[in-house]
Amino acid sequence: MNKRDFLKDAILFFPAAATLQALASDASATADATATAGATPNDYDATRHWYGMGVDINKCIGCNRCVEACKAENDVPEEPFFFRTWIERYRIHENGETTVECISSKPRPPEQTEQAEPVDPTVVRTFFVPKLCNQCAHPPCVQVCPVGATFQTEDGVVLVNSQTCIGCRYCIQACPYGARYLNPRTRTADKCTFCYHRITEGLLPACVEVCPTEARIFGDLKGQADRLVRFHRLNKINVLKEDLNTEPKVLYANMDGEVR
Amino acid sequence: MSAIPESLLEQLGQQLQQVQGFIYPNEVETQWAILIVVYPYITGIVAGAFILASMVKVFNVVEVQPIYRLALLTALAFMLVAGMPLQLHLGHPERAYEIFMTPQPTSAMAMFGFVYLWYLLGILLIEIWFEYRAQMILMAREAKGLMKGVYGALSLFSRDLSPEALAFDKKASKFVTIIGIPSAFLLHGYVGFIFGSVKANPWWGSVLMPIVFLMSAIVSGIAMVMFIYILLSLLRNEKLDMVCLDKIGLFLLVAIIVDFSLEALDYIHRLYQSEESIGILTELVSAKLFTSLVVVQLLLGMLLPLVILVLVRTVRFNEELRKLLYFTSSLLILLGIFSMRWNVVIGGQLYSKSFRGLMAYKMEITGIESLAMALFLLALPFIFLAVLLWLLPPRWMERHAAQIPEEAYPAANLVGRT
Amino acid sequence: MKLPEQVTRLGVVIAVIAAIVLLLRFVILPESFFSAKPHQAAAVVREMAKPIHHAGVAACRECHEEQYQEKYGGAHRDIACENCHGPAAAHAADENAPKPPKPREREFCLNCHAFDSSRPNGFPQVDPQQHNPRKKCLTCHEAHDPVPPKVPRDCAGCHGRIARTKALSTHALIECTACHTVDERHFTDPRGALPTKPESREICGRCHTADATDPQASESVVDMATHGGIYVCWECHYAHLPEGSK
Repeated sequence: MNKRDFLKDAILFFPAAATLQALASDASATADATATAGATPNDYDATRHWYGMGVDINKCIGCNRCVEACKAENDVPEEPFFFRTWIERYRIHENGETTVECISSKPRPPEQTEQAEPVDPTVVRTFFVPKLCNQCAHPPCVQVCPVGATFQTEDGVVLVNSQTCIGCRYCIQACPYGARYLNPRTRTADKCTFCYHRITEGLLPACVEVCPTEARIFGDLKGQADRLVRFHRLNKINVLKEDLNTEPKVLYANMDGEVR
Repeated sequence: MSAIPESLLEQLGQQLQQVQGFIYPNEVETQWAILIVVYPYITGIVAGAFILASMVKVFNVVEVQPIYRLALLTALAFMLVAGMPLQLHLGHPERAYEIFMTPQPTSAMAMFGFVYLWYLLGILLIEIWFEYRAQMILMAREAKGLMKGVYGALSLFSRDLSPEALAFDKKASKFVTIIGIPSAFLLHGYVGFIFGSVKANPWWGSVLMPIVFLMSAIVSGIAMVMFIYILLSLLRNEKLDMVCLDKIGLFLLVAIIVDFSLEALDYIHRLYQSEESIGILTELVSAKLFTSLVVVQLLLGMLLPLVILVLVRTVRFNEELRKLLYFTSSLLILLGIFSMRWNVVIGGQLYSKSFRGLMAYKMEITGIESLAMALFLLALPFIFLAVLLWLLPPRWMERHAAQIPEEAYPAANLVGRT
Repeated sequence: MKLPEQVTRLGVVIAVIAAIVLLLRFVILPESFFSAKPHQAAAVVREMAKPIHHAGVAACRECHEEQYQEKYGGAHRDIACENCHGPAAAHAADENAPKPPKPREREFCLNCHAFDSSRPNGFPQVDPQQHNPRKKCLTCHEAHDPVPPKVPRDCAGCHGRIARTKALSTHALIECTACHTVDERHFTDPRGALPTKPESREICGRCHTADATDPQASESVVDMATHGGIYVCWECHYAHLPEGSK
C-alpha cells in the first residue's frame, strides 16, 4: 500500500464516519431520554430515603416464614441451594463451643413437628439469627463487579442488573456474608433487594411483612418518624463482620458475640 | 430465563450432603470451579515463558539463546488459550464484551481485560514480529501460492533486509522485552490481585498473594519451556543444547527457591499471627487439601524437584541422566503448580466464611465446567504451539543460511541461532 | 532520523487499529454505550416494575375488616394475614382469582408453636406429644384470636426451656411459684403483669439452712450469714439447674 492510497482512504473515512455519527446520536438521544425519564415512575425520589433493616435476635422464633415469603415474592428457586434470606440456629455450650446450623436449608421432616425436642442442659445460650443481604453502605460486591452490573441505588439498596450481568461470580466471592448466589435460571448474580419493588410503593419487604414476632423491622434512616430510627436509638446495635468495614445497613439488636 | 439444569441440582444435592459443620446456605455451590483453576495456570505459563525469554534479550544470558524463540512461541500459544476458560465459565459469555465497554475501574477483573489485551497486542505479538520479521520475508520469497501471501501479510509486506534494518529489529526487540518484563509481572500479578484483594476470604485475601502467584507463574513458565524443549528434541530425534538446558535448570532452581520461600513465609506468617480464621484454615488443609497441598504441591511439586535440581548441579551426571532428571522435575513442577492453583482457587471455596464449616467440590466429568473441558483446554496450547512451530520454525534461519545469498543477507546478521 | 521501513509499516497498522477504536469509542457509538449508568437506571425501573405477590395487611383489611378486628385484640394481632394465608396479591386484585388457602392441619400451627429450645423465653409453645396429640388445633383455638380454652396453669407452656431444664435438676419438684409470685393477670397479659423474681437470700434460705422447716428442705446447707459475702445466691448459682449440667 502506498501513501496516496492510504491518504485517499483516510479522507473518505471522515464523511462516512460523520454520517454514521449523525444517525447514531439520534438513536442515543432517544435511548438516553427513555432511561432518565422512566427512572422515577410515580415521582419516587430515591434521594430522600436511606433504607435499612433492624433485626431483634431476642424475638426470632425460627419459623422460617420470612424465607418462604421471600421465595414466593421474588421467584427464588425452591431448592435449598439458593437463598436471599435464611435463619441460623446458634447453640452455645457451657464449655464455650458453639454449634450453628442453617434451619432453612434443612427441611423439618413432618414427623419432627410431633416430637418434643429434648433440652440439652449443656447449652447455656441458644437463639435464632435471621440473615440477609446487609445492603452495605460500602459494598465490596459493587467494588469488584467488572461491568457495573451491580450497583447501589441512591436510597441505599444494592441491586443487580440481570441484563448486563455476565455471570462471572466475582461479587459472590467478594460478599463476606454469603448473601449472594447465582440464579440458575437467569445465570446472573442474585440477592436480596429489600423487595425494592415493594418498598418504593410504600409496602414492606415480604420477610418483614410476614414476620409474626416483629423480629424484623424495616425503615428509612433518613425518616423523621420511623421505626428503624427508633430501633437505632433504643437498642445497642451490632452489625456483622464490622472489621471488614462494609458498613452494613442491617442492624442487629441483642446480637451475641458468637454470631458470624 | 431457562429451566434449572438437572445436573446442577444433582451436583449441589451431593455437595450439600458432604457439608461438615455449618456453612452459609448459598456457599454450597462452588462458584469458581475447575475452569478458573486452569485459567491462572495458563496465564502463569505465559508470564513465566516470557520472563525466561527476556533473560536472553535483556540480561544477555546467551546460553539460553537456543530456546529464545521457542519460549516466545510457547508464551503466544498459551496466551491464545488463556481467555477461553474465562469465556466458557461466564453465565453469559455473549455479554463478555461489556468488560471493555463499561469496565468498572474499581474492579481488578475489569482492569485485567485491558492488561491482557495490552500484553497480547502490545508486547507479545510485537516482540514476535520483530524477532521473526527477517525470517518471514525470506520465507515469503521461498514459498509458493497461498503461503507466499500468508508470510507476506505476516511481515506486513516489509522488504528491508539491510544490516541497519536488522540491527533495528534487534534493538526494537530488546526495547519491547524491557517493557514486557513489567507487563508480564502485571499480567500475572493482576491475577494474583484478583484473589488477593478479596477481604471476604482470608485464604485468598493476603498481601503476598500477587507475589506468590507471580513467582509460581515464573516457575511454571520456565518448567514448561524446559519440558517442551526436551519433548521436542525427543520427538524430532535432535540433539539438545546441554549448556542451555543446564542454564534453564539453574533459573528454575532459583525460581523454585524464591517461590518456596514466599509460600513458606505466607504459612509461617498466618500461623504466627493466628487470626480468627486460623482454626478453620488449618482444618481445611488437614481435612480437604492434605493430598493436593502437602503431597502434590509441596513434596512432589516443589521439594522433590528442588532436590533433583540441586543434585544435578552438584553431582556430575552424564547427559542422558541429566536430561531425564530435568524432564522429570519439570513435569513434577508443572503438576505441582497446577495443584497450587487448585489449592488456592478451590481451596478457598471449601471452607465457609462463617469459619464454622467445610464444603466439597464435586467436579463434573463432562459438560462445560468439567474435567473433560479442562483437559481439552490444557492440551489446546500444545496444538497451537505445533501450528506456530510449523508456521514460524525457530531454527529456519540456521538451516537455510546456505541458501541465502551473502550480499542480500550477511551471515553476521543472522538473528537468533534457533 | 529516517524511520526504518518496518517501523512505518507497523506504525500504520497500529495507527489504523487505534483510529478505528478511537472513532468507535468517541465519535460513532453513543456515549451511553460506554457508561453503566443508563443501564443501571433502566435496571432500577425494571426492578420497581416487578410483580407484587404479597398484598399487605392494609389491602386484606379493605374487604376483611371483620377478621382484622377479630385479630386486633388477640395474641395474633401482629401477624400478617399472609403469614398464614400465603401471598394474596392476586386475590386482592381480582376477586375471581383463586382464593388463598386456609391452613387447617396441625403441622401448620406446630411450625411456630411446637416446643423448640432456641425460641425466646416467653413464647407460647406446646409439647406436640402431650398437648392433645393428633387433634387439629382449630378444634379449640380460634386462629384469629387464639385464646386458649382454659387458662394454662403450667408455666412450661411459655417457659418451656426453663421448665425442661429445671426438670433435669434437683429443683425439679419445686413449683415455679415457690420462688416467683405470679399474678392471675400474667396468663392473659404476660408483659403487663410480670411475675416477681426473688430479691433476698431468705427465699433460698427457706430450704438451704440447717434449721429449715420447709417440707422440701435440702440437705445441702450453708450458713446464710457468711456464705457468699454480700452477693445474692443466684449471682453464682443457677436456680433452674443448680448442680450444673454434669
